[in-house]
Amino acid sequence: MTRTNVQLASLAMPVMIAMLLLLAASQTVTAKDQPSAANAAVKIDNFVFGPQTITVPVGTTVTWTNSDDIPHTAVSTDGVFKSKVMDTDETFSYTFTKAGTYSYYCSVHPKMTGKVVVQ
Amino acid sequence: MPTKKQDLIDQQLQDFNNDGVDRRGFLKCMAWAGTGLVWTMSGGLPISRAFAKGYAKDAAKGGDFSFVQISDSHIGFNKPANPDVTATLQTAINKINAMSHTPDFIIHTGDLSQLSKPSEFDTLDQVLKGASAKQIYFVPGEHDMLTDNGDEYLQRFGKGTKGTGWYSFDHKGVHFVGLVNVANLKAGGMGSLGHEQLEWLEDDLKGRSHSTPIVLFAHIPLWTIYPDWGWGTDDSEQALSYVKRFGSVTVLNGHIHQIMQKVEGKVSFHTAMSTAFPQPAPGTAPSAGPMKVPADQLQRVLGITDVNYLVSGHSLAVVDSPLGASGSSASGNGGLGAVDSLLG
Repeated sequence: MTRTNVQLASLAMPVMIAMLLLLAASQTVTAKDQPSAANAAVKIDNFVFGPQTITVPVGTTVTWTNSDDIPHTAVSTDGVFKSKVMDTDETFSYTFTKAGTYSYYCSVHPKMTGKVVVQ
Repeated sequence: MPTKKQDLIDQQLQDFNNDGVDRRGFLKCMAWAGTGLVWTMSGGLPISRAFAKGYAKDAAKGGDFSFVQISDSHIGFNKPANPDVTATLQTAINKINAMSHTPDFIIHTGDLSQLSKPSEFDTLDQVLKGASAKQIYFVPGEHDMLTDNGDEYLQRFGKGTKGTGWYSFDHKGVHFVGLVNVANLKAGGMGSLGHEQLEWLEDDLKGRSHSTPIVLFAHIPLWTIYPDWGWGTDDSEQALSYVKRFGSVTVLNGHIHQIMQKVEGKVSFHTAMSTAFPQPAPGTAPSAGPMKVPADQLQRVLGITDVNYLVSGHSLAVVDSPLGASGSSASGNGGLGAVDSLLG
C-alpha cells in the first residue's frame, strides 16, 4: 500500500504542475483585450536582451523579464514605450498594435539595446 | 617632526616628480606588508599607511587635510553577493570613525541606493549620520535616478545643486567639482555629462589660477575603462580639456566597484571600491553584474578611499583600504590585493 501511495504521489506532482501551467497560460490569454493575440518573451540576462531582435506579428504582447541581480529598463528610443524599473524577476509587457521596427534600450545601462520588429 | 606617513608620502610625491613609478621603492614596500601596513597605489605609485598605529595628528600642518571617498553603497541590494549591504556600509563608517585623523568631509560618488526607494535613502541617511565627518557631499549614480527623473535623490541629497545635481565648492585652497554623468543616457552610449553641464563646468573653472588643485568627482569613470560594459563617459574628453591647464587634477569615480588608476599628464584618475559588493575585472565575466566571493573574503574587496592633500607636495595622495583591513598582517594582505589588481 505504501509503495502504491508513493507511486501515486510521484505521478501526481508532474500532473499538477502541468495543470498549473495550463491554467497560467489560459489566464494570460484571457487577460488580454485581444484573446487571439500572441505573446512573446524577451529575457534580460547578463546585461543582454535575449533575443536581441525579436520579430512578431501585429497585436503581439511582448513581455520582458529581468533575470539579473541588477535593475534594468526597456525604453523605446522613439518614446513609444517605457518600462518602469524592473528589479530581479520583475516584468514589463507592451502590446504592439502597429507594424514597424521598434528600437529600445535600458536607460540604466544604455549599452544594452534591442529591437522588436512587428510585421 | 615629520611622521613616518608624511615621510613616505613626500617621498612618493618626489618620485612622482622625477620619473613615475619607483619599482625599487615599491618592492621595498612589498617587503613590509607582513608588518601591518596597508598598501595601495597613488598615481601609479605605492603609498603606505599603518592602520593600527595612530600616527601623530600634528602631521597636518597649515592647509593639509584629508577627506574620504566612499561609493556604491547600493542600500536595498539583498542578493547573495552581499545580503547585508547596510552592515558593510556601517563597517565603512566605523573604519572612517576609527581613523586617527578625522577627515574634513566625506564624498559619496553615487549609487547610494539600489532602486531609488525613499526607504533606501532613509537607511543610508541613518548610517551616514554616525560618521565622524559631518559634511558629506554626494553625486548620484544611475541607481539613484531610477524614478521621477531623480527628484527623490535631488530633494534629499542635491539641495542647492544645478541641473541634475552638479555643483562645485572650495575647501582650503582646493576646488572640488561634483559632476553628474548618469542622467539622460542615450541608447548605445556610456555615461554622459551633456551640453548644459559642460558649459557650466567651463564657466566654473574660468578665471581660476592654474595652481589651484582641482578635484573632479562623478559616479561613472570620466575615462574610458571598458566600453563594452559602458565603463566610461562619452563626453568626458570635453570636460577634461577644461582642466588640462591646471597643475594638479584628481578625478575620483565609482561605478565599477574596484580600484583602477591612471595618470595622464597632470591628471590622476582613480576609481573606488564599493561598500556593497565587488564587480568583475573588465572582460573577465559575461557581464558587469555583482561578483560573488566567499563570505569571509567579502570585506577584502570592499573599502574606502582616504585622500590626503599635502600643501608641501602640491598634490593629493590617494590611499585605498579594504574594509577587512584592521592593522593586522592579514589586513596588509588585503591591501596588497588591491595592488595586485592594479599590476595585473
